[in-house]
Amino acid sequence: MKRFLGFVKKEFLHIFRDYRTLFILFGIPAAQILIFGFAVSTDVKNAGVAFLDLSKDETTQKLTDKIISSGFFRRTENLINYNEIEGIFRKGKTKEVIIFEKDFGKKLLSEGKANISIIADGSEPNTATLVTNYTMAIISDFNMEISGMQGKNSLIIQPEVKMFYNPNLKSQHMFVPGVITMILILICALMTSVTITREKEFGTMEVLLVSPLKPIQIILGKVMPYFLLSFINVLLILLLSWLVFGLSVKGSIILLLAESMLYIMLSLSVGILISTVSSTMQQAIFISLVGMMLPTILLSGFIYPVENMPKPYEIVSLAMPPRYFIIIIKNIMIKGTGFQYVWKETLILLSMTILFIGLSVRKFKVRLE
Amino acid sequence: MDNRVIIVKNLVKKFGNFIANDNLSFEVFKGEIFGFLGANGAGKTTAIRILSGLSSPTSGEVLVAGVDASKKPEAIKKQIGYMCQKFSLYEDLTVKENIMLYGGIYGMTKSLIKERTDDLLEKLNFREYGNKFIADLPLGLRQKLAFSVAVFHEPKIVFLDEPTGGVDPITRRQFWEMIYETAERGITVFVTTHYMDEAEYCDRISIMSEGRIVALDTPENLKKQYGADSVEEVFIKIARPN
Repeated sequence: MKRFLGFVKKEFLHIFRDYRTLFILFGIPAAQILIFGFAVSTDVKNAGVAFLDLSKDETTQKLTDKIISSGFFRRTENLINYNEIEGIFRKGKTKEVIIFEKDFGKKLLSEGKANISIIADGSEPNTATLVTNYTMAIISDFNMEISGMQGKNSLIIQPEVKMFYNPNLKSQHMFVPGVITMILILICALMTSVTITREKEFGTMEVLLVSPLKPIQIILGKVMPYFLLSFINVLLILLLSWLVFGLSVKGSIILLLAESMLYIMLSLSVGILISTVSSTMQQAIFISLVGMMLPTILLSGFIYPVENMPKPYEIVSLAMPPRYFIIIIKNIMIKGTGFQYVWKETLILLSMTILFIGLSVRKFKVRLE
Repeated sequence: MDNRVIIVKNLVKKFGNFIANDNLSFEVFKGEIFGFLGANGAGKTTAIRILSGLSSPTSGEVLVAGVDASKKPEAIKKQIGYMCQKFSLYEDLTVKENIMLYGGIYGMTKSLIKERTDDLLEKLNFREYGNKFIADLPLGLRQKLAFSVAVFHEPKIVFLDEPTGGVDPITRRQFWEMIYETAERGITVFVTTHYMDEAEYCDRISIMSEGRIVALDTPENLKKQYGADSVEEVFIKIARPN
């Protein structure tokens, strides 16, 4: 055990003495969060909105004025019938069409509820989500106002949101889960594969193998510091996204951290596996970047929803560990669901981890022979 | 007491149909400098891996420091030191940290490591280098230090795999002086080299070719036997008989 601890200490020294490693470990995640966060701006200003007012009464006029005067929206056009909607989206200036049903004001007063449709341009998913959220907020505000004025609490405007072009719109601006998923697999796989191949390349691995340290101790000793640092990284990203963007974890934070540990372990075992098949650091870096980063970004559902992928890609994405972790982390962070909703994904990640570790151990032994 | 530290009898190592070590038999004695020569691919590396517990023999008997290599290869590792051609110290650690690391790996106590480190730095005139990074040391010093680290835990045998590759002649000479000193302390030195002049410094040498040991004796006897002036001539006569 003492042998092992000395070895782990050495690995920490390697990391802390190399400012490049430190930068990759902590600088890149922080930069990613900030870039993704600010690139996906949460500000809406003067978004183009068109109205299709089939009722044209006092209430619809009031609500229209309220929306326009909020400062977030700007009226582009008044439409006369449904056929015009597609045309106006094609022009590109309008991000959202608001439709008041016939006899909106009358229904609201007599039946206590009326329907309003919001159609957004789903080809820009982030903007679409934002403008609809803003509109809904304004409508619910308006709801409270008129309920107060009428002295009744039962007046309800029922907004119904539809997405044009992209009906399965996912909450794209929830970028934090994606960034955590990407960063972890990248850093863990890249760093471990590089640190192990470095020992091979420099010849120190030979010396370690001849020493009384067991192969499993060597691997664990090399991986342990990265496990700890990656875990700190998760905390850092969560803290940063909370402080800068006000995004807090809805579900159990303990469950989230536990799942993160599992995912870190999986990523580290991927790194170990890469190191067993590559003999130089360049090779390891290449395999990690091309083999891990691109599929993670493109096929995991981080940017493009898995449901919208062509069938062959979707099948490929089944083999991508990030895919499952994104589901898990989105569930816990954003929906606030518990373990019973993510146990399947957890099980998949767990079996992948076992598979990768098993493969690496076998490869490692073969190399020794 | 038996002073044989390595006993190899009828060692065979096969990789599929390929026979890397074909029926090797030899013995190495305590405090001896044993040269292990052979062209690339002659089977040297395979033999060393077996002797150092990294690989197990297909058949035959291998005893290293009294430990059976086919039964307890792990136990061998505690008894030996190893230094390879590639540089084996960590460049981003200081001299003392490297010594501490390897001492720790071989299970030495902190106080013992400290004590011996002081002795070692004193002996090598290294005192002012103790807290320097290996990367800042000249190559010659590094090589000497790597050797000192390989025998730091006082192993019974130290394996040197082409230890002087890429080193200037003066450092090589100093390096061999260290080897002699080590052998006098009773540590057996098992060395492979490509430099034939270095082979002359060994107590005994074995020459391997195509998986077999084709010659094994003192440099003097070999030269007499083959009517050669130097080990180099002997080697050429054996490796290329025609």
